[in-house]
Amino acid sequence: MRVCRKQTGVTGGLEFKPIGEANMKHLMRPHHPDIDETMWNRIDQIIETHRPRPGSVIAALRECQEVVGYLPVPLMDYIGRGMNLPPSDVYGVASFYSLFSMTPKGRHTVRVCMGTACYVKGIKEVMSRISNEYHIEEGGTTGDRRFSLEAVRCLGACGLAPVMVVDHDTHGDVKADGVLKVLERYE
Amino acid sequence: MQKLTQRELEKRREALVAARAADGKIRLLVCGGTGCHATGSIPVIEALKAEIEKNGLGDRYAVVETGCNGFCAMGPIMVVHPEGIFYQKLTAEDMPTVVAEHLIGGKPVEKLLYKNPVDKKRIPLQSDIPFFSHQMPRVLRNKGLIDPESIDDYIERDGYKGVAKALLEMRPAEIIEQMKISGLRGRGGAGFPAGMKWDFASRSVSDIKYVLCNADEGDPGAFMDRSILEADPHAVIEGMIIAARAIDARKGYVYARTEYPLAIRRLQIAIDQARELGLMGQNILDSGFDFELEIYQGAGAFVCGEETALMRSIEGRRGMPRPRPPFPAQKGLWEKPTILNNVETFANVAQIIVNGGQWYASVGTEKSKGTKVFAISGDVNNIGLVEVPMGASLRSIIFDVGGGVPDKKKFKAVQLGGPSGGCIPEAYLDTPVDYEEIAKVGAIMGSGGVIVMDEDTCMVDMARFFMDFIQDESCGKCTPCREGTRRFLQILEKICDGRGEPGDIESLEELSVIIKDTALCGLGQTAPNPVLSTLRYFRDEYNAHVYEKRCPAKRCVELLKFEIDPEACTGCGLCFRACPVEAIVWKKKEKARIDKEKCIKCLTCFNKCKFGAIN
Ligand SMILES: Cc1cc2nc3c(=O)[nH]c(=O)nc-3n(C[C@H](O)[C@H](O)[C@H](O)COP(=O)(O)O)c2cc1C
Ligand code: FES
Repeated sequence: MRVCRKQTGVTGGLEFKPIGEANMKHLMRPHHPDIDETMWNRIDQIIETHRPRPGSVIAALRECQEVVGYLPVPLMDYIGRGMNLPPSDVYGVASFYSLFSMTPKGRHTVRVCMGTACYVKGIKEVMSRISNEYHIEEGGTTGDRRFSLEAVRCLGACGLAPVMVVDHDTHGDVKADGVLKVLERYE
Repeated sequence: MQKLTQRELEKRREALVAARAADGKIRLLVCGGTGCHATGSIPVIEALKAEIEKNGLGDRYAVVETGCNGFCAMGPIMVVHPEGIFYQKLTAEDMPTVVAEHLIGGKPVEKLLYKNPVDKKRIPLQSDIPFFSHQMPRVLRNKGLIDPESIDDYIERDGYKGVAKALLEMRPAEIIEQMKISGLRGRGGAGFPAGMKWDFASRSVSDIKYVLCNADEGDPGAFMDRSILEADPHAVIEGMIIAARAIDARKGYVYARTEYPLAIRRLQIAIDQARELGLMGQNILDSGFDFELEIYQGAGAFVCGEETALMRSIEGRRGMPRPRPPFPAQKGLWEKPTILNNVETFANVAQIIVNGGQWYASVGTEKSKGTKVFAISGDVNNIGLVEVPMGASLRSIIFDVGGGVPDKKKFKAVQLGGPSGGCIPEAYLDTPVDYEEIAKVGAIMGSGGVIVMDEDTCMVDMARFFMDFIQDESCGKCTPCREGTRRFLQILEKICDGRGEPGDIESLEELSVIIKDTALCGLGQTAPNPVLSTLRYFRDEYNAHVYEKRCPAKRCVELLKFEIDPEACTGCGLCFRACPVEAIVWKKKEKARIDKEKCIKCLTCFNKCKFGAIN
């Protein structure tokens, strides 16, 4: 069974499987290599809770991104259809906010604070040391998908400046000299 | 649980106070703010609890995880209450010693006490430490004293008294009147009088109105709102309920940064607890007034701190500002009358209602009343959260409370107001904290970020840093901001890279005027400020970059030669050992040399060299 994809065009040619869930019958789950069955079930639940609430597309996108790790275009289309929003609205929101990523992330996300306090305390050197060592730019991911490097604006932990957050661990007082040792611990 | 009435709330409070007096427990207050969590306060708490258990001291001591204590530089922190002994930089391994020597032996552990950097003497009592003794906590009155996840801790310290009074003893007009008398001005940056804003919204006729709290805290280097939410979330909720009553709104949102998970969690717990006791939801305290509050998480866009953009974002759209009028007081969220105030603004409200506007206005300057919370960071000894009366001088904040610049470096400038603000040099440090006075010296009060910079900071590089930020965060809706900030950044990058030309500085000045006059929202209108203020006070540095291709602070990498001065080099080999790419050629007792082919200009050698031999 195929669904008419005229309204988006971006994911043309994808296979669609019908789903069994009673409440989401009107939706066809596109096939996507990074999204498995349990993830789809979770996504359906998220859409269900947010559909009746106006203005909740940002929350829905955030929660779906937590499930999948990023927001592939077919997923955004799916969310749009589920929430009765045109794909342009969903894409518009996802591309506006820096929280959302449309490309896959590495196993570990390295968030380097580029806020003022951290800048004054020398985060620039830390950043360039990481870029040089792992050959990644800001916003990029290493070839082996080990690290994604992100620059963020102030984590509100300026007392520990310069600050770097790897996954959920906050590392304060990071120096260009010591930063690679810290990262080595994340396989 | 049963919903409280005003009388029952008072009874509960009395019972809590009595119970605390009766059990006579000494409270060990361990800081559990984001900062101290990162430096390891959770293992400290666990170890402390285990040690107390082991020694059977559970009936005499209570371990309390509080919100941010404020002295973030010294974390993890513990205060023994009510004695007031202040312990700093604790580790889990210290806990057996603290329990054995202090709790059992009765003698404070000397090596864990605060050391005064001036005379190297230990100061046992928190109240004697200069960082605390120069402050005036009002908004932060509960910080480090209560468990933010316990509504009873808050109620015991006069919590929800303001709501009870506002809902049951005052008419909305009287609430607004007291707010006007207090002179409280918005703490989010612009300093608009809160009472006036509420007055406008109360006059708008509509069946639905909204109260919003701005917890987006986008200014880098600012963490006041996060700390308030983490330490005393109920104070913010109380302020919002009172505001809702004043303008007759039934629904509120807190727009919070998604980067603040702990603040969001604690706020949610607080909302749930309030609802359970009937302090939120329907018929609050049996007054007939209903109010619902919800947290809305942002998604990482600085411009969403701007009021109209914030409302767009809650509506689930791209957070772009729109022109005003109509003002939100007439047409705000979902086109309904709305007020938006900052976290700190709301945190002041309950005390104004309880103690009266006059009480609040008794502190401060003629046009700026009350106290202001600042987050001090950067090149300063006592990094942390402070609250001082309006009118205190910048010098006293940086040197008395902040403890001055570390490592014997010289103070160069202080940056106030985030990306919309400006840098103030030494000569103007006696400026009092006052909205108008700070504007006169080319900065803004802003939300309260104070970033201290020492002599190693390049002011042109700082201007470039802020412009990079603004350019990145510009939403793109209006041309002056979108294109203008990009041009700004290009010129500043050129100057920092050593490609500056005569005329560049003048172009910056010209652009500033145009963007200021034509941008749509506050983001663009204030974008030139960091450039203008650095040009005003540090024009020499701009000239040195453009005309002499020299960076006086030696920060702009492209302007450094990366050569070792053989005269100054002592052949110690420190740089050789530090270089990550083996670009330094050195043998024992010989002078070092840099291989420019290999050098990645990372500045490591530069920072390591004790003799300033690297150019
Ligand atoms: C670009 C921009 C960003 C802003 N960011 C914030 C912010 O992060 N927090 C805040 O409270 N106010 C921020 N403001 C100010 C708000 O627009 C608004 O004036 C304020 O929240 C009103 O509350 P107050 O009157 O209590 O200060 C920002 C304004 C602009 C133009
Ligand atoms: S500037 Fe980096 S945490 Fe605030």
